[in-house]
Amino acid sequence: MMAPLLDVISWVMLVGGAAFVFIGGVGAIRMPDLYTRMHATSLTDTLGSLLILGGLMVQAGFSLMTLKLIAVTLFLLFTNPVSAYALANAALLSGLEPKLADDESENES
Amino acid sequence: MSALTDLFHYWVFVVLLMIGFYGVMTRSNLMKKLLGLSIFQSAVFLLFISMGKVEGGTAPIVLDGNWDATFSNPLPQVLILTAIVVGISTLALGLALVVRIKEAYGRIDDIDAPEAES
Amino acid sequence: MIEILSIFLLCLTVITAVAVIRARSLFTAVMLMGIFSLLMAAAFLLLDAADVALTEAAVGAGISTVLMLSALALTASKERVEHVRFGVAVIVCTVLAGAIFYATFDKPPLGDPNAPVHQHVAPEFFSITREEIGIPNVVTAILGSFRGYDTLGEVIVVLTAGIGVLFLIGGTAPMGQVSPSSGDQTIRGLRHHQPLRVIAKWAIPFIMIFAFYVQFHGEYSPGGGFQAGALFAAAIILYGLIEGHRRSVQVIPPAVLRAMAAGGALLYGAVGVVTMLMGGNFLEYRVLHENSTTAQQMGIILIEAGVGITVAGVLLAIFHAFAARDRA
Repeated sequence: MMAPLLDVISWVMLVGGAAFVFIGGVGAIRMPDLYTRMHATSLTDTLGSLLILGGLMVQAGFSLMTLKLIAVTLFLLFTNPVSAYALANAALLSGLEPKLADDESENES
Repeated sequence: MSALTDLFHYWVFVVLLMIGFYGVMTRSNLMKKLLGLSIFQSAVFLLFISMGKVEGGTAPIVLDGNWDATFSNPLPQVLILTAIVVGISTLALGLALVVRIKEAYGRIDDIDAPEAES
Repeated sequence: MIEILSIFLLCLTVITAVAVIRARSLFTAVMLMGIFSLLMAAAFLLLDAADVALTEAAVGAGISTVLMLSALALTASKERVEHVRFGVAVIVCTVLAGAIFYATFDKPPLGDPNAPVHQHVAPEFFSITREEIGIPNVVTAILGSFRGYDTLGEVIVVLTAGIGVLFLIGGTAPMGQVSPSSGDQTIRGLRHHQPLRVIAKWAIPFIMIFAFYVQFHGEYSPGGGFQAGALFAAAIILYGLIEGHRRSVQVIPPAVLRAMAAGGALLYGAVGVVTMLMGGNFLEYRVLHENSTTAQQMGIILIEAGVGITVAGVLLAIFHAFAARDRA
């Protein structure tokens, strides 16, 4: 009973993670400027990676592999948001202005 | 379909080789030439590693003392390990040369073009 | 199933390579090159090359991106669109591509166990490693023992590249300028960014531990001297990016780096000389100990340590040379 249940759980997590990463990819293309794109991809990529790694951990069971996967998950959890922060900060410092809603309404009127 | 999976890696090798070669030939910017050279090298690595693959094999690291499993060929991997490190050594040297050329000429595009020396 | 993943990854590498060549902004091209290296590392992993994937990820996607960005900071950032010899290039590339493409049809299919490359020496490696060397990672066994001369040459190449870079840009002043006092040119680092500092403070010790793990566990899992050296250099580079270049130079002074670079290669050569003095040939580990496997493992551990020390020293020396160079 446990094995099919674990399979179902890991399937759900893997597919969910993949769906989140896909949504992030769609966001990276459709968003208007760098900051919104970063917002779309960093959040969804972090959560998607966590879900995918969680699904792999369910498949691996209680073994050394799970410990290694936990280490990878922690590393990703810490560094993914920080790198998004660094990227956005670098873009702001190099002069890239975020596209504001006021500009669009001014252009339209 | 089987022809696609049999030889696809070699076709990708050809395409990457030509992309890198084209980059070195047509781009006058020195950094672009170095990047094209890197792509060229990576294509050669891909060729060697895909030659070493054995179907149904695994990485040539023996797990749990099972020496009789099917392994992929370790020799191309050793050669490419050396080649990757040599590649980055030449890249570092090339980048140092680019920095010095920039300091001497003021630009890294078109350094062959005749221009009045300031 | 896994073939589809391989094909997908390889198509992505082709797309990324085209984007690298076409990108006008050099910064974009360098970042795409990092992505290209990472995709190649994944492709290598799918082709059962675990050591090569680790090295490509650490060296190609990590160190080489850092070096190219440091060089970009000292030179231009945009490419002037002046293509030369466009027609000739297209013709030459098409002809060459056609010729090599035609030649690929003679190759055995991917994964064929009867291919010529798997016939002559390759099966011997496994049997001899099992009897005489006794370490599970056959790639490290070949690298350290069977092809030890190649690895010695490679260490010397790394050392030579380091020497060359230090000759070219080792000083701080561009040629023709009086060297400005570097006091007012201090590169301050990113200390004021709280998230970066906190995460780096936690990550750097773990990266170093991982570097030592990869170094010493290289006989039982993918790893070895090159990857360990690159990882160690990456830890110190991260420290230098966060705390400023001056502090990272204080952590490991340039004299120590030069000693590391030369010392690792000397250690490698010393192992060879010691084996000669003990009656064997150059780098014949068998004479180091009566027990064959112990002798081989001793030899491999020593030379891998030499490799790791040299690679770490050279990569750090090159990074410091680029980082300390004043902008002209």
